[in-house]
Amino acid sequence: MLGAVFNLNDPAHVVHWHFFEMSVSNLVVICLMLVVFALAILLPFPGATRRQAARTLHDEGGAMAGGTLKGKPHRGGQAGEGAMQR
Amino acid sequence: MSVAATPPKSSTPGGAGGQRSWTIRTREAGVAALPPEKLLPDGQPTYVGSWIYVFGVATLAALMVIVGSGMILSLKGPAWWHYTGVGRFFNSIHLWAVELFFFTTVVHLWGKYWMAAWRGGRARVWITGAVTFLIAIPAALTGYVSQQNFDAQWISTQAKDAMNATGAGAFFNVTNFGQMYSWHILLFPIAVVALVCAHVLLVRRHGVVPPMDLATELAGVVGASPPTHPDGHAIATRPAAPAAEAPLGRPMSQEDEVAS
Repeated sequence: MLGAVFNLNDPAHVVHWHFFEMSVSNLVVICLMLVVFALAILLPFPGATRRQAARTLHDEGGAMAGGTLKGKPHRGGQAGEGAMQR
Repeated sequence: MSVAATPPKSSTPGGAGGQRSWTIRTREAGVAALPPEKLLPDGQPTYVGSWIYVFGVATLAALMVIVGSGMILSLKGPAWWHYTGVGRFFNSIHLWAVELFFFTTVVHLWGKYWMAAWRGGRARVWITGAVTFLIAIPAALTGYVSQQNFDAQWISTQAKDAMNATGAGAFFNVTNFGQMYSWHILLFPIAVVALVCAHVLLVRRHGVVPPMDLATELAGVVGASPPTHPDGHAIATRPAAPAAEAPLGRPMSQEDEVAS
């Protein structure tokens, strides 16, 4: 059997600072969650540029409240900004 | 011999006397609460295009893997998941799916917290999501004490003091493998899956919460009367910004935003 990347037979490493005490592995996971959360907020979602362009086109096209990107009446129950993605 | 089809004696849907059956009432209530176009919509508002919702969907995917691998583990038993290669593989799949579930749940939960996702009558959507996270914690911890190895023995003997200190140890004995296993594979999963189903259906019913700027703009458009949902809930908004500073730069009609 292949060994683990990290030696799992030793006691866990612990970060201890005043009252704070936590295993390194747990601390790494929490930090990773914070990083991923920040990236999820900051990184643009794929297709955002295309949707922004469609929204601008929609705005210039006049009042189409509840319409879709194709200009059809909105059939779904999840009305939003007018511009819908499918 | 011929058998003639006889029409029902009463044309009333529920039968004679005009009393509708419980099945009709249930069906009508279900369709009224979640019409098909709302249950399975063919479009979403543009602001749903966000990584935060990807993590919500990833949580659902992880839950499916957890349930699927858990079913296989429960079918085969402890000797299989400890002493065979395939068993250890599924054991690891189960463990890492749980790790992924909590990771994605926390990111999704953080995002929805800072978006104040309970706005606009969506309190139940928020509560079901948050309670799912809270119920999932003991669901996972009972898995640790259900492993049937020294690790489980160590964890259970460490946890029993905490349980006894709260008084829960009288009916929740972490050193009782049978009881913990029942909680882990039946009671907690039922609660988690039921809450997740309720959460998803409530999202379908009320729609995804709009961005705060959009809600603010709506409040400015409708003036003194706050926008409301068909359910009668007011859409919570921040104080309206002057029109010249409206972030999205275009007036919105109330029906644009109302999502349920």
